[in-house]
Amino acid sequence: MGVMGLIYLYNGHIKICTEDVAQTPATSVARFCQISYPIWQHCRQQKDFCDSLAGSGAEFTTTDRLPAHVCTCCWRWSLYGGFNMAKILKKNKVSTKGTKKTLNKNTGTEKTPEKSSSAKRRERKRKTVGKLKGTLKTTKKSPIEKLDLDNVDEDELLNEGEEIIPSEDEGGSDDDRKHQKLLEAISALGGKKKRRLAERSEATIQISEFSVDAKGEGEKINLSDLIQTIAKTPAVSAQTKSHLKKLKLEEKTVDSPLTKPETERIQRNVAFQKSSEEVSRWQSIVKQNLKAEQLVFPLNQEAPGPKPLEQVVCGWKARTPLEQEIFRLLSVNKQPINDPVLTPIEEESLKAMSLEDAKIRRAELQKARALQSYYEAKARRERSIKSKKYHKVQNKAKRKEFVKKFDEMLKSDPVSALEELQKLELGRMKERMSLKHQNSGKWAKSKAIMAKYDDGARKAMQQQLEVNKDLTQKLATTLSDEEGEDDGETSEPDMLPDFVNEVEPGQDPANPWMRGQLSKDPVDLTEPSVPETAAAVLISEDEEEGPEETEEEGLLRGFAERRKQRQEQEAENEAAKNQDMEVMTEENKAGAEKAVASHDAADADIADDDEEEEEELSKFTNLFQELKDSRMEAEASAMVAEVSEPECAQLQQAMFRIKSLEDMDLLDQEEQADPAEPNAEAPQPAPLESKGADKKRKRKRGIDLAEVLTKEATVINVPLAPTAVEGAEGAAHGQEEQRDVIKEAFAGDDVISDFLKDKRREEEAGRPKVVDLTLPGWGEWGGQGLQPSKKKRRRFRLKTAPPPPRKDGGLASVIISEKRDSSVSMHQVGALPHPFLLPEQFEVTMRAPVGATWNTRQAVKKITMPKIVTKVGAIIQPMSRDDLLKHSRKQEEEGTAGEPKKRKAPQRKRSQKRHKKTKN
Amino acid sequence: MKVKVLSRNPDDYVRETKYDIQRVPRNYDPTLNPFEVPREYTRAMNATKLERVLAKPFLASLDGHRDAVNCMAKHSTSLSTLLSGACDGEVKVWNLTKHNCVRTIQAHEGFVRGMVVRFCGTSFYSIGDDKTIKQWNMEAPGYGVEEEPINTILGKTVFTGLDHHQKNGTFATCGQTVDIWDEQRSTPIRSFSWGVESFSSVRFNPVETELLASCASDRSIVLYDMRESMPLKKVIMTMRSNTLSWNPMEAFYFTCANEDYNLYTYDMRYLEKPVTVHMDHVSAVLDVDYSPTGREFVSASFDKSIRIFPKENRNSREVYHTKRMQHVVCVKWSADNKYVMSGSDEMNIRLWKANAAEKLGVLSHREKLAANYNQKLKEKFQYHPKVKRIARHRHLPKHIFTEAKEHTVMREARRRKYVNNVRKHSKPGAVPMLSEREKHVVAVVK
Repeated sequence: MGVMGLIYLYNGHIKICTEDVAQTPATSVARFCQISYPIWQHCRQQKDFCDSLAGSGAEFTTTDRLPAHVCTCCWRWSLYGGFNMAKILKKNKVSTKGTKKTLNKNTGTEKTPEKSSSAKRRERKRKTVGKLKGTLKTTKKSPIEKLDLDNVDEDELLNEGEEIIPSEDEGGSDDDRKHQKLLEAISALGGKKKRRLAERSEATIQISEFSVDAKGEGEKINLSDLIQTIAKTPAVSAQTKSHLKKLKLEEKTVDSPLTKPETERIQRNVAFQKSSEEVSRWQSIVKQNLKAEQLVFPLNQEAPGPKPLEQVVCGWKARTPLEQEIFRLLSVNKQPINDPVLTPIEEESLKAMSLEDAKIRRAELQKARALQSYYEAKARRERSIKSKKYHKVQNKAKRKEFVKKFDEMLKSDPVSALEELQKLELGRMKERMSLKHQNSGKWAKSKAIMAKYDDGARKAMQQQLEVNKDLTQKLATTLSDEEGEDDGETSEPDMLPDFVNEVEPGQDPANPWMRGQLSKDPVDLTEPSVPETAAAVLISEDEEEGPEETEEEGLLRGFAERRKQRQEQEAENEAAKNQDMEVMTEENKAGAEKAVASHDAADADIADDDEEEEEELSKFTNLFQELKDSRMEAEASAMVAEVSEPECAQLQQAMFRIKSLEDMDLLDQEEQADPAEPNAEAPQPAPLESKGADKKRKRKRGIDLAEVLTKEATVINVPLAPTAVEGAEGAAHGQEEQRDVIKEAFAGDDVISDFLKDKRREEEAGRPKVVDLTLPGWGEWGGQGLQPSKKKRRRFRLKTAPPPPRKDGGLASVIISEKRDSSVSMHQVGALPHPFLLPEQFEVTMRAPVGATWNTRQAVKKITMPKIVTKVGAIIQPMSRDDLLKHSRKQEEEGTAGEPKKRKAPQRKRSQKRHKKTKN
Repeated sequence: MKVKVLSRNPDDYVRETKYDIQRVPRNYDPTLNPFEVPREYTRAMNATKLERVLAKPFLASLDGHRDAVNCMAKHSTSLSTLLSGACDGEVKVWNLTKHNCVRTIQAHEGFVRGMVVRFCGTSFYSIGDDKTIKQWNMEAPGYGVEEEPINTILGKTVFTGLDHHQKNGTFATCGQTVDIWDEQRSTPIRSFSWGVESFSSVRFNPVETELLASCASDRSIVLYDMRESMPLKKVIMTMRSNTLSWNPMEAFYFTCANEDYNLYTYDMRYLEKPVTVHMDHVSAVLDVDYSPTGREFVSASFDKSIRIFPKENRNSREVYHTKRMQHVVCVKWSADNKYVMSGSDEMNIRLWKANAAEKLGVLSHREKLAANYNQKLKEKFQYHPKVKRIARHRHLPKHIFTEAKEHTVMREARRRKYVNNVRKHSKPGAVPMLSEREKHVVAVVK
């Protein structure tokens, strides 16, 4: 059977392809593949080619026509054409075996499995197939003809190969050997053939070096070999047979064991992975320690001193049998081991309820709890408010309510009102029993220390005593007592007579701060009149009062008189000048008649709440008066009438009479206070005319800067003005003197002109200079008296571009130098240091001072805390596994908590430890 | 209107006894305390200068050895005890507080190659050129009783390095192989070898206590796990490493002292390139030891100096040297982080402060505060050129100074050659620009 093949020259190699690869004996192809070598130099002609083929050992008959074509473009022989493969084959086979061949594909490997080729042969086969495949590929690439070889698979080729070669297997081994010998003998006849035979025969495969038939030496025993026998035996079940069939189908071979170095490498790799993973567990702890603000070595030290009980207890568990026994008993008896939210009994009762009830109850409980916490929070918030005003308002509101109630009560049922009164009375009794306002408290003691030197302290103490007196007075008890009850300490200031706040007006009339109170709450002023009068009454009634009281009275009297005097003076002035009518009248009214509140209500500046306050107060006082009246109408009415007269007498008397040594002292004090006025005024350089007006404004409502600055100055003649003018003159004089002194000291220096000169010099230096490069006599006539020509001068004078405008151009009194100052740059950081990413960051860290001059002690301590603290004489052990365990446990806890808490350094900072402790 | 009244409570400013410090009410208003930066700058400058003035690190020299000191060992439980082995086989036990030798043992014939104290501190091991491992009792024998080791193991080859496990009764030696020994046995329970080498030192990881590392003569550092039968990995460098030391606080870092004058800190998980290259020495580095805090380490060099490096810095923060100190062979950092001990060729052991300017002894509270403040100031202004110059300046012996200069020149020349000659004239991308860290690793063998 003739097999048509294709032979062609590809890239200088002869390539052979057959149409029907399935029928092409692999060996023969292999042989031809072997001759695929560069021959293009030789085979210029067809004959040459065939000769070269023949010369290469291939059985190739020249009778076959092989049309050759010359590819002119690439100077290569590109020959292709058909040839009769059968001939080649025939020749091959004859040369190798000379016996009958089975070219039939159907004779599969199964037929002659035990006679299949050796491993070596197999290898070669593989190579062959590989080569063949390569050939096929190239064929595909070749533009000549496309052979449809895709459907040809490797196995087929393999089978083919196997089929052809083992031709010797057909007969018995003996036969084969004989045949072989015969062949050899025949081939020995022709010298050429012999050589070829030796080349072609694969005797080494069949005959081992030990001259033993090594047939099937390197063969693998296939599963099919073993199965064959099984297939014949009927005892084997069909199932196993099918299994075996399946197994047979999947031909898998076990890989050969790895070499020793390879196995070792793998082992090492695995071990390394393991240990590196193990080591990586420390990563987080290492990172944390790096970030920690402070590390105290040795790590994990227990803080010295006793531990808080909770810390000890919470980690405690019953371990010993005895403990466990006790716990068991406790649990049997339903005793709480830990602090439970609900006791077992409560829980049971909850369970006993129906579900709805329980729900309702629970909701109620929740609501109650929420409300409670809300009120608590509110109370806490209110308590923490420091504003006195706020508390005042609160108290006022309370009082108002009370008054309202009381009013109603008086109308509706006087019995309960009486009861209320009795309650108040009780309060009074309590006050009498207690030492609350008797100068015995801590505050009073501290004041007592200072009382010797400080008038204010003394006065404050006296006021407290007075409060006490007020509260314990039977006459005026009721309401003041109630106030005391209402809000212990905070109400104290309210109880004080108001002249406490208004510092003696005589002392410093120029100071608006001191006088602000006077006219601020004119209604307030009504209040003190009561205790004052009461005091007066007391004085007149019983003479057992202490000397301090009289002194106080005297002082008060003095103040009042002086105030009156001044007001009178002012009134006179006003009458005389008639300027700024409004202000003056207001002032007058405020000063002269304290009880007048109407004008204040009219004043726009007064806040609404103030008004309210006043109203309340007035109400309160009214009530107070009423009660008082109702209580002691009969006895007191006459007495009050009597009292008013002596009071007046006393006031008048104080003007002229000095009764005792104390009074003398008082006078001295006043005199001392008076000279202070001009001093206080002196440093204020504001014009005097506006001052007078200002003063009045201030006296009313503090300072309103806007008003002060914008309002037109009004000239008023105030009695105090002359002294003030004197002071101002003195100040002016002083300033002049000072100026003179300075002038004298810097007599020779003309600073301003020096500065200007400097600036001019700077500017000059910055200006560009004209460079003249003209060479006289160069290209022209030179000599004495001869100037270079204008043209030349113009040409060689170089002008540089003007510099950018100076920054201080518009600023008369400043020189801005834009040069780099080396003396400064020496102390400056040249480049941004490593950890910082932005210059701003660095600047910020530089700007923040760390010293105790700028920071509080605690802050300094915190800022300057060293990063690592070691203890002298303490051995620092390497980190241990326990640390890791602790760390991981902590992390777990954090993880379960589910909060991205800021991780604490495990060791760590002492302060943190302490913090934790307090938490616990 | 609310009037705020000045209130003065004598409790705030009156001291209770005359020995109290006067209370000074402070006003931190910045307008009242202007120029904070310049003022602090001046203070920082002064602090830096003072630090230099007060930097007197040398504490004591312990002499008594009759040959060069070859190895030292810290006592594991006593801070005041130091052990040293000399080249004549003599082992001495020192009391550091009294600066005297407590005990002398003629332990070996030839060099004492290594010493280590057992974790409990009751005994110590020594190895020598006489192929023996000896275990000694830490307590001296009674008067007139001869010094004798508790145990002696005769090995087949010379041992060159020794280290003890942190918690178990196991120790490791190295010579031709790295051997793990059980204290109870006279043969190693495990021995590792990977190719034919001789090892110069072996060290247990103090944190992950089952890991070891050793320096081999084939320029490699080999990692082991005591539980495995195989070594783990090795990295081969351009030159041989003499010793290494594990970081006691960070389990995966170790630093090796190399013959090429540098020290290399490695992460044992990534041996491809070192984490940091520490370069300042001008001769081979012979020994290295970490501070117990794991933040710094001290290195001893053949250039007759000791240097202290922060673990993440390329350059040293401190250099110690004296006129008489010769090649420093071994160095240790004390377990309380305060002192450094060095043993050198001229038979002396020297005791240094770890922080040269630190005041030793008990500090009063105010002293402590002041020291902290000064430290903070120095830290804050460390980048300012004037401060930096003063803080960095160290006086160096002439030979170190000149050699250092020479080395910078050489390094620069090498770099220039690489960049200008080699790199420029090869195919672009063929010769990569190597960082300093990449230059010194030849290969990592798995």
